[in-house]
Amino acid sequence: MALKYTNDHECIHVEGDVAWVGITKYAQEALGDLVYVELPEIGKKAEKGKSVAVVESVKTAAEVYSPVDGEVIAANDAMPGDLELISKPVTQGGWIAKIRMSNPAQLSGLMDEGDYQSFLKSLD
Amino acid sequence: MLKKTPLHGAHIDLGAKTGEFAGYDMPLYYTEGVIKEHEGVRSSAGVFDVSHMGQVIVEGPGVALFWESLTPSSFQAKKNGRAQYTVLTNERGGIIDDLIVTRMTEDKFFAVINAGRKDVDIAWIKKNLPAHLRFIYLEDRALIALQGPKAETVMKDVLKADLSALPYMHMIETHTPAGADIFISRVGYTGEDGFEISVPDHCAVDLWSALLAHPAVKPVGLAARDSLRLEMGYALYGHDIDETTSPVEADIAWVMGKEASGYPGQARIRTDLQNGPARRRVGVKLLEKGVAREGAEMRDESDRKIGILTSGGFSPSLKESIGQGYVEAGMSAPGTKIFVNVRGRNIAAEIQKMPFIPAKTKSMKRPEAA
Repeated sequence: MALKYTNDHECIHVEGDVAWVGITKYAQEALGDLVYVELPEIGKKAEKGKSVAVVESVKTAAEVYSPVDGEVIAANDAMPGDLELISKPVTQGGWIAKIRMSNPAQLSGLMDEGDYQSFLKSLD
Repeated sequence: MLKKTPLHGAHIDLGAKTGEFAGYDMPLYYTEGVIKEHEGVRSSAGVFDVSHMGQVIVEGPGVALFWESLTPSSFQAKKNGRAQYTVLTNERGGIIDDLIVTRMTEDKFFAVINAGRKDVDIAWIKKNLPAHLRFIYLEDRALIALQGPKAETVMKDVLKADLSALPYMHMIETHTPAGADIFISRVGYTGEDGFEISVPDHCAVDLWSALLAHPAVKPVGLAARDSLRLEMGYALYGHDIDETTSPVEADIAWVMGKEASGYPGQARIRTDLQNGPARRRVGVKLLEKGVAREGAEMRDESDRKIGILTSGGFSPSLKESIGQGYVEAGMSAPGTKIFVNVRGRNIAAEIQKMPFIPAKTKSMKRPEAA
């Protein structure tokens, strides 16, 4: 399944009923030098639109919002020690959390690649 | 509509990301990012546009006494060219602004005030100004800071100015090779050796470009200016000091002159000195991963609130998170173990002496004649 995007610049890869959540290149560039990622606890309830992790850069702290409802089943423990991972594709180490979806129909409200690129252009 | 400094166009040309600061559209960082800029200042040299800050002159017979009536510092015995970090105090002993006041000549003082406090400071100075003194707001001058271990070399290469004999906290008036009249002060907000150059607006872009053309120099925005000053434990007005904090609480009682008296708020400040203040500004270092920022609560081991962080962030030099804030005096000793609460999580932290890394500023004494 192709990647999905939110207008908060989360990037989502879906495998079965699990959503892998990371942040887009645009978000990384806006944040600048990253210094820390605060991961969610396994088993934490994820709610669409609510914070599921926090990415800290030198400049600011940015919430990562869950794109769907569900439960956190994995957090990328390697990431706080290797912040370069966040710049990798979601499927290649760039994921922050994996969420087992309770309502996969919520995915249909997300943007696909083309929509997201148009959305970025509208921000300029 | 945000105000712009004379260098605004130059920042845009350099690809700066800008943001609002004290009513100005200022460069936050350039293309290399905050950490590279920070490291560049620590290892080589960086140039900052600080033209948003206010530059003023007060002159007339006995003007040193006037500054002693507004600040707890001594000015009468200052030699010409000597700069002093001080504070304007209010009647309650709080801080109206922190500033650097320089004696240019016997009866002429130059001061640099915070951008966000210009209106308040100028009104306060004018309100207290005796009729025989003259106040001048130098609205038509820019201010460029050059900071870093290579700053002295850069000044020599670019401005043909040999500043090796200029001590820390001293100023000279001179000219650029192109003839612009400038004031060079060996001061800064980074803990590195460096200079602040006051230059007429219309010569600012030329000076900025000439400094940037030097291979040792890169442009540095306000974000790295903040991380650099945070490592040094310097207070940022409106965050770490304000109209409620006394210089004693703020741990800058060293600005006070031995004979200082008659300045606003003296009674409260003396009480704080004699009895010790109820709260004190301290440095804080996180002992676990995470970043704590302004507004985070500090707590003791029984989870009781003991203070608030007034600044905080990541230290690019230490690769650790640091901050500063006010804690109850009983909790202010360096080494005291505390917690900083970030989004509901208590992160282990420790009260630390500031600066967090040693300052590399020069001696304030003039070199001995050989």
